[in-house]
Amino acid sequence: MSALRGLLRKEVYHILRDRRTLVVIVMLPVVQVILFGSAIRTDVRHVRLAVVDPGPDHQTIALRHRFAAAGVFTTVAVVARADDLEPLFQSGRAQEAIVFEPGFADDIARGEPARIGVVTDAVEPNTASLLQAYALGVIQSFERDLSRQSRPARSIAIVPQVRLRFNPTRESSHLFVPGLMAFVLTIISSLMTAISLAREKETGTLEALLVSPLRPWQIVVGKVAPYVGIGFVSVLLILAEARLVFGVPLRGSLTLLLAEGLLFILVSLSLGILISSRTASQRVAMLGALVGTMLPNLLLSGFIFPLDSMPTPLRWISNVVPARWFVSIARSIMLKGVGLDYVWRQTLVLAGFTLLLLAASIRSFKARLE
Amino acid sequence: MRRVLYLAHAEFLHVVRDRATLAQVLVVPVVQLLILSNAATFQIRNTPTTIIDLDRTSTSRGLISRLAATGHFDVREVSSSFEHADDRLLSGATTLVIAIPHDFESSLVRTGAAPIQLSVDATKGSSAGIVQAYAGRVIADYAAELEPARAARGPARIDVRVRSWYNQSMDYRIYMVPGILVALVTIIGTLLTAQNIAREKELGTLEQLNVTPITRTQFIAAKMLPFLVLAVVDLAIGLTVGRLVFGVPILGSLPLLFGVAAVYLVTALGVGLLISTVVETQQQAMFVTFFIISGYLLLSGLFTPIDSMAPWVQVVSQVNPVRHFVMIARAILMKGAGLDEIARPLLVLFASAVIALSVAVRQYSKRAA
Repeated sequence: MSALRGLLRKEVYHILRDRRTLVVIVMLPVVQVILFGSAIRTDVRHVRLAVVDPGPDHQTIALRHRFAAAGVFTTVAVVARADDLEPLFQSGRAQEAIVFEPGFADDIARGEPARIGVVTDAVEPNTASLLQAYALGVIQSFERDLSRQSRPARSIAIVPQVRLRFNPTRESSHLFVPGLMAFVLTIISSLMTAISLAREKETGTLEALLVSPLRPWQIVVGKVAPYVGIGFVSVLLILAEARLVFGVPLRGSLTLLLAEGLLFILVSLSLGILISSRTASQRVAMLGALVGTMLPNLLLSGFIFPLDSMPTPLRWISNVVPARWFVSIARSIMLKGVGLDYVWRQTLVLAGFTLLLLAASIRSFKARLE
Repeated sequence: MRRVLYLAHAEFLHVVRDRATLAQVLVVPVVQLLILSNAATFQIRNTPTTIIDLDRTSTSRGLISRLAATGHFDVREVSSSFEHADDRLLSGATTLVIAIPHDFESSLVRTGAAPIQLSVDATKGSSAGIVQAYAGRVIADYAAELEPARAARGPARIDVRVRSWYNQSMDYRIYMVPGILVALVTIIGTLLTAQNIAREKELGTLEQLNVTPITRTQFIAAKMLPFLVLAVVDLAIGLTVGRLVFGVPILGSLPLLFGVAAVYLVTALGVGLLISTVVETQQQAMFVTFFIISGYLLLSGLFTPIDSMAPWVQVVSQVNPVRHFVMIARAILMKGAGLDEIARPLLVLFASAVIALSVAVRQYSKRAA
């Protein structure tokens, strides 16, 4: 037992003496929370609008005023010819354009359909469809008022009353903090463990450890225990910062959340051990850990991109990404305030992963002895 | 000059002989492109939906079938219990609950207006707002369809034509591919360079190089050249896959794109070099690189539009080379932009390349630390 304690102390010294890595580990969660909280947003608040108005008349001016009054549109340019739009769109100065044709008011006065074009920069399709919806809304209300002036008609309206449950203001920070915990924990647990074990291999010191009186499981425990501690501290850091800076709520039980966090740390650690036992150099371990854990973590966990919308094979693959289950658990506990009775299924899956990966990693670690 | 080529050659052989790394460098981009462009989408499909239909009339059923027909919503259940739907929402089994009140049809007939309740699980990614917008549009279209006065009112007064430029089919993957390519060359360029020199430090071979007559500039040029070539090859592979698998348009000039990529890569590699001068071990190199790159990528408009970011973030992102290269790549590939349209961001890229390179050369000292 005292041998184990010695190994532990050595590992802690290793980590504490490597100042730069330590700084990154501490800074990482702190900076990431701020970045994700303010950078990742998908709502559209300002639209740069260009207007093509070859023959301004009182109706085109009226409609242009409607756009200005809508609040989201900022008119960046008024040009006379549709050809002038191309450079505006290519340089990104305009995102959307309304294109009038000459004689707009005359057409309306004669009762003929007056033509309007709505052009959107559809490079990013979601923004484009939101922009189109905004513009159509303005034009439709303009048209409705025109019709009302000439022929009052009763219209039908289905009024949607929208409730955004659990996060009514759609604060992005509230959404990202649970995912961020999974992300940071993976970096610390999987990557650090994989690299630190691969380094002992590369420098040949693992052999020295193996011929020492330490048992294989003791070596593994000694190597990973400090990272459990670091991971735990960073979870606390993220939670505190999210609370203080962004006011992210914790509606459920803190104890449950921390326990689930611990479970996830164990999963990530065993993944790290497994990767390092299968690779020979730090470089391969690093890239392996990156591809094997970080990317699926970012992409297939529902952290940033909604899982429901993905093609079926990817959704299927996402089931074997442990982070997916942890993100779901953390979101439920923090934002929905539910207890174990709602997340027991996900917890069970995580526990299953832990047992499986731990068994596999200890086995492959033992195999190295021969 | 000969010295530079010798060292670059040696460096290149190192990479090519290390099969594991080579396979990763060449295969990872293809796999990433295939997975990323399918996964990294904010498009909404198959949103799990529960409907509480208390009305049970042809009007309410019409609305339900309209919602199901769009493909955006996967109507899993039509229930009549609010508690049940709430439970589904809490357990995460459903994302959207639409409640149709029991006097839906009759109040539409009597007053011409009826409420309908949408509850969206706003913890599911950033999709809540989009789900809401889609549902709102389907409902509005349905209301317009029901309008009895429509026929009496004659043809529409305004004829609106909507055109989506540069991405007519509104395919999200076409949008993501150029961005992912940029992320790929950034990661390959910066990470491999930083890690490569850190490895030489760790093994002690850097000291051997330091005692040779090679100068700082020569050393850095030789270290950068192989990785520049690798990254450009990666870009070419990625473009081919994007073109063949996803049908990404290449409207602009390819030589221009590769030229810009070379300028950009000098910055990316310079940053990698800079990192390698401040770290001691590969582990540190890895972490510092990862830390810096993730910040760069998040603030580049790669995943989410820059226009939606907080104002201070938008200002900060102006000095981010990745942002400008992402913008240029999309402009050249999707919009067919030429040199004139991309002049301003290209200038920023040039400036950052010069700065990154000169700082890296200055920082790199030949003595062993």
